[in-house]
Amino acid sequence: MTTATDARILGGGGTPTLEAKDLHAAYGLIRVLHGISFVVDDGGITALLGANGAGKTTTLRAVCNMVRTEGQILLKGERIDGRATEEIVRQGVAHVPDGRGTFLELTVEENMRLGSYTRYDKDVEGDRERMFGYFPKLKERYRQQAGTLSGGEQQMLAIARALLLRPKLLLLDEPSFGLAPLIVKGIFEIMQRINVEEKVAILLVEQNASLALKIADRAYLLETGRIVFSGPAAEIRQDESIRRSYLGY
Amino acid sequence: MDGFIHQIFSGIATGGIYASVALALVMIYQSTHHVNFAQGEMATFSTFIAYTLIQAGVPYWVALVATFAISFAMGVAIERIFLRPMANAPELSSVGVFIGLLLIYTSISGWIFGYTIKTFPTPFDTGHPMLGGFVSGHELGATAVTLVVLLSVYAFFRFTRLGLAMRAAAYNPVSSRLVGVRVGWMLALGWGLAAGIGAIAGCMVAPIVFLDPNMMAGILLYSFAGALLGGITNPLGAVLGGFAVGVIENIGGAYIVGTELKLTMALVIIVAVLTVKPSGLLGKTVQSRV
Repeated sequence: MTTATDARILGGGGTPTLEAKDLHAAYGLIRVLHGISFVVDDGGITALLGANGAGKTTTLRAVCNMVRTEGQILLKGERIDGRATEEIVRQGVAHVPDGRGTFLELTVEENMRLGSYTRYDKDVEGDRERMFGYFPKLKERYRQQAGTLSGGEQQMLAIARALLLRPKLLLLDEPSFGLAPLIVKGIFEIMQRINVEEKVAILLVEQNASLALKIADRAYLLETGRIVFSGPAAEIRQDESIRRSYLGY
Repeated sequence: MDGFIHQIFSGIATGGIYASVALALVMIYQSTHHVNFAQGEMATFSTFIAYTLIQAGVPYWVALVATFAISFAMGVAIERIFLRPMANAPELSSVGVFIGLLLIYTSISGWIFGYTIKTFPTPFDTGHPMLGGFVSGHELGATAVTLVVLLSVYAFFRFTRLGLAMRAAAYNPVSSRLVGVRVGWMLALGWGLAAGIGAIAGCMVAPIVFLDPNMMAGILLYSFAGALLGGITNPLGAVLGGFAVGVIENIGGAYIVGTELKLTMALVIIVAVLTVKPSGLLGKTVQSRV
């Protein structure tokens, strides 16, 4: 069995995009994470797997300081823990939260403008056009109120909004949640493309383990706030005992 | 009939003032779900500042812009100093702060500027009645200024990046942080803007009702009635509600209840709206999932 520290050695050298060391997190008195460590490689996709209540969403929230957190978090080698959420975001961490975080009262256009809120460069227009390339539906719905979009469209909007920040790291919380299988397949294919074309590292939280392991290069298995297994995604995919006991497929 | 038309026009003129203050109330309500009871007294204090500047010889329009700027800064400071520490406190704590601010502002206004009633200058020609004699120059001018303020506020929220961020922060603070919006500062800016709008409303109404530390007490009630009537969750509704209350007040005062009982109508409107349609005419019904 590989531990979290070994996993670092597995990586291809260089500073990882994200490195978390001995992360603890709690909601009030209820402790949810008990000292987990993980990395997201430069340009890599790391999947966080585990059952309901394992602490996957909390881990993403901890990275953005949306929950009381202890431990070190390094973005490209620089400490970001303890900073305000909006400052961490401004450092280049885009978070697609659970429930997608759509601004329901605003239009699709305004949602996308908010994605590039912190940017003043001239490439914003071009980036928006590229988002339409990934998600043509958003162009059709551009002037529509975001609350009228379907779940899948809102997921696309959330990803586009996050990418318009030009992040170094994309945190994705259950992008498949509540969506039809065909739409999920499409979104995962696009996520793979985005990972390569946008040169953005991804930390992916997903219940659908088989799908996540297909696109991830590294995976961590969480159980009640602790990492019980970690290693290259391919290895976990082939390990039948892990698959059976933890991933249920 | 001429009298009736006159009442409507001057109702629209005072309604514009109510609309401005109602908008200020709604702006703070939308982002914090609190009604700032001190909104009126803050505006009165600002009007005193404008009065002092004008008495000191500053040209009217310069004084008005300076007053807006000073009030804006005061609004931001109040949010930062008094309201920010209350962010996670129970609702009643904020209400306490608002009432405290109300008392402090009234007392400070009286202490610094005195309780004697003062006439406030108007930059508009009051000699000749306009529009066929139905409105005074000041009423027309004040309505124009109010409309300019309301349209500028609309354009700011609709077309600027900062305005969009402020709306986003009001609707969804969590998601706003996740796109890098500094939500705390957006609230402070909202307070600043509300204080600035209130200041201009104060300067526009002062020539009509005369300036004293309690000048806005009644106006806040009418404005609150206007905000509720239009829908306190909807800025446009609040503005229309403000105008409507102005007209209702004037006509009711002239033909139905008489001037002595005018303020009662504000209370009647508030009670009626809360009983019949609490969300107001254009407001959204707030639904929460159980």
